Amino acid sequence: MKSLQELAAIREKMKDKVSLREGVNDIRVVVGMATCGISAGARPVLNTLVEEVAKEGLSGAVTVTQTGCIGICQFEPVVEVFQGGKEKITYVKMTPVKAKRVVAEHLKGGKPVEEYTIGNVKA
Amino acid sequence: MIRAHVLVCGGTGCTSSNSPAIAEAMEKELAAKGLADEIKVVRTGCFGLCALGPVMIVYPDGTFYSKVTVGDVPEIVEEHLLKGRPVTRLVYDEAADKDTHGVTSLSDTAFYKKQMRLALRNCGVINPEVIDEYIALDGYMALGKVLTEMKPVDVIQLMKDSGLRGRGGAGFPTGTKWDFAAKSVSDKKYVVCNADEGDPGAFMDRSILEGDPHAVIEAMAIAGYAIGADEGYIYVRAEYPIAIKRLEIAIAQAREYGLLGKDIFSTGFNFDIQLRFGAGAFVCGEETALLTSIEGKRGEPRPRPPFPAVKGLFGQPTIINNVETLANIPQIILKGAKWFNSIGTEKSKGTKVFALGGKITNTGLVEIPMGTTLREIIYDIGGGIPNGKKFKAAQTGGPSGGCIPASHLDTPIDYDSLISIGSMMGSGGLIVMDEDNCMVDIAKFFLEFTVDESCGKCTPCRIGTRKMLEILEKITSGNGEDGDIEKLEELAYSIKASALCGLGQTAPNPVLSTLRYFRDEYEAHVYEKRCPAGQCKALARITIDPEKCKGCTLCAKICPVGAISGTVKNPHVIDQSKCIKCGACMEKCKFGAISKA
Ligand SMILES: Cc1cc2nc3c(=O)[nH]c(=O)nc-3n(C[C@H](O)[C@H](O)[C@H](O)COP(=O)(O)O)c2cc1C
Ligand code: SF4
Ligand code: SF4
Ligand code: SF4
Ligand code: FES
Ligand code: FES
Repeated sequence: MKSLQELAAIREKMKDKVSLREGVNDIRVVVGMATCGISAGARPVLNTLVEEVAKEGLSGAVTVTQTGCIGICQFEPVVEVFQGGKEKITYVKMTPVKAKRVVAEHLKGGKPVEEYTIGNVKA
Repeated sequence: MIRAHVLVCGGTGCTSSNSPAIAEAMEKELAAKGLADEIKVVRTGCFGLCALGPVMIVYPDGTFYSKVTVGDVPEIVEEHLLKGRPVTRLVYDEAADKDTHGVTSLSDTAFYKKQMRLALRNCGVINPEVIDEYIALDGYMALGKVLTEMKPVDVIQLMKDSGLRGRGGAGFPTGTKWDFAAKSVSDKKYVVCNADEGDPGAFMDRSILEGDPHAVIEAMAIAGYAIGADEGYIYVRAEYPIAIKRLEIAIAQAREYGLLGKDIFSTGFNFDIQLRFGAGAFVCGEETALLTSIEGKRGEPRPRPPFPAVKGLFGQPTIINNVETLANIPQIILKGAKWFNSIGTEKSKGTKVFALGGKITNTGLVEIPMGTTLREIIYDIGGGIPNGKKFKAAQTGGPSGGCIPASHLDTPIDYDSLISIGSMMGSGGLIVMDEDNCMVDIAKFFLEFTVDESCGKCTPCRIGTRKMLEILEKITSGNGEDGDIEKLEELAYSIKASALCGLGQTAPNPVLSTLRYFRDEYEAHVYEKRCPAGQCKALARITIDPEKCKGCTLCAKICPVGAISGTVKNPHVIDQSKCIKCGACMEKCKFGAISKA
């Protein structure tokens, strides 16, 4: 890194991708992949999400990525969906089967799968 | 070809509720049905659902079974694995929780709302393996600002003004520590990050390293600039493979971008970082032992002074900071000292991350502003005590800390108020105990840990803590005598006063604090040979209620030592001198006539 300007340029380029402000239509899906997420089975969930998003032809608008600890171990694997201007959706106790439905109904169809969200699943 | 995986929890909670036997039974049953090549049994770490243990998950379908017993195994194999029909009676009921019904976002839960995520701000948000994502959320801007706009003295003044104190346990002011090292004259200095995290149950630092490794790297470079160091070490325990891998990736990416290495931001400032792995000795988290261990020698503490800031790694001025302390720093630089010191209490600024565990509904990682009360953490964030049980105490500070009883639930959590009630902040383990926990047994658990981990260099700790443990063992096995409690106290105070390092100096704390608040429990063990919580097996009394006993004789038949006598249709009695407290009779009685006290 030669200068602060160079750093700022990367920041500007990446900002929309990560923080999805109002008006940005892209979807960002993050999977908690800290020690506890992984041991609860987050890896197959992440893999399924990536495969299904590609299969449904959503790769242009949807980014699937891993992240660190979300903080609610007893709900792992946790998947969160961020979309500009919309409230974040938190899916908990995810499985590959559930992930498929989330891709089809939420990411593609635009309707969150309520029964898998945090308020509808018991700890 | 493996077509399915059966994950059996091998965490501490489930292991104690018999999961190893279940895993074994599962393997045998699969072998017997000729499925061993198709279905693999995997023993995993804790799912965080210990209260539902033993837990089991079957993949690929992800069926979640809770409270599984060895007897359920054949049915699971036959029905689910062979015929593909999950055993519904064992499937965990995911029915809606009344409180949060309809909530679709974590941000709207009580668990989240009372938190304030500063050190954890990027955890769960960015991909820790992609440096660009860190940069997108202002990553490395603080380093850029420091190098291009600030003098080292300004950085140190900013840290002092912020009021940040060390999160590794002792709470030493970070700015002051840096100032000492900056003022030590030498052409070689070091910055060390303490990522040893040895407290049982604590995983705050691991989560930060796994979720936001660049924050720690950036902070170390800032510290290097402030004190005049060009080299840093991260001492991380080898048991954290994911954290290590992400640190390695992060360091490589930072080097590639020129954010580590030579002439950073063309300012002539050089800084690079190396990793060192700890083998898991608790004492190696102590700063002088840690430095000795990095030097490649046996990790034993040495007396201070000289402090590391004067004479540290390889004899050179060194600052050593905890992971969480460092993770706060980039934001303090960017948002200013005023912003940070407006959060928290008078003498404890900012937030603290806690690993919430034990008898609590929501286990997990929480970050709260200093000054939040224990009641808010346990009831609002933690969701209270499960199974309708009563809160008894919370333990903070791990093996060096103490317990906080119900009468202090409204104490605001900060460094000083915790010390005033006989506990301490420690690194952030928070274990909740309910009415079923025996406080003497808890004290014994922590003391067992410190006895195991004592490095043996000094006598008070090596021999004194062992003596204390012997007395506790005596008390919990029903052989306590008059004077034992006093002897424990005397030993505790003399070890605290004479041990060489923090491990020994704080090892008696769990005993002293349980004695302070639960002395009556100790006394019941010693004088009445009774364990009020019913935990100490040797002291348990199994009795039959003559009112409820129907005289069915079942218990007498099952008792392995013939301790139960009685005739048909008449109340039975247990001979206490013969009873070995195995509990077999209690399980057999259909009338609930037998109980333990
Ligand atoms: C026995 C013992 C174990 C310790 N273990 C740790 C540890 O695992 N992690 C840590 O950060 N500090 C630990 N400390 C505290 C360190 O000695 C030191 O105070 C701390 O790393 C300083 O960083 P801070 O000022 O940022 O908190 C331990 C201290 C003692 C006495
Ligand atoms: S107090 Fe214990 S751990 Fe510390 S130096 Fe002495 S023997 Fe070793
Ligand atoms: S607890 Fe065990 S030893 Fe005691 S009376 Fe019951 S069956 Fe017999
Ligand atoms: S099993 Fe229960 S009811 Fe039957 S004899 Fe024993 S205590 Fe009495
Ligand atoms: S480690 Fe489980 S949510 Fe963080
Ligand atoms: S030990 Fe099994 S879920 Fe925690």
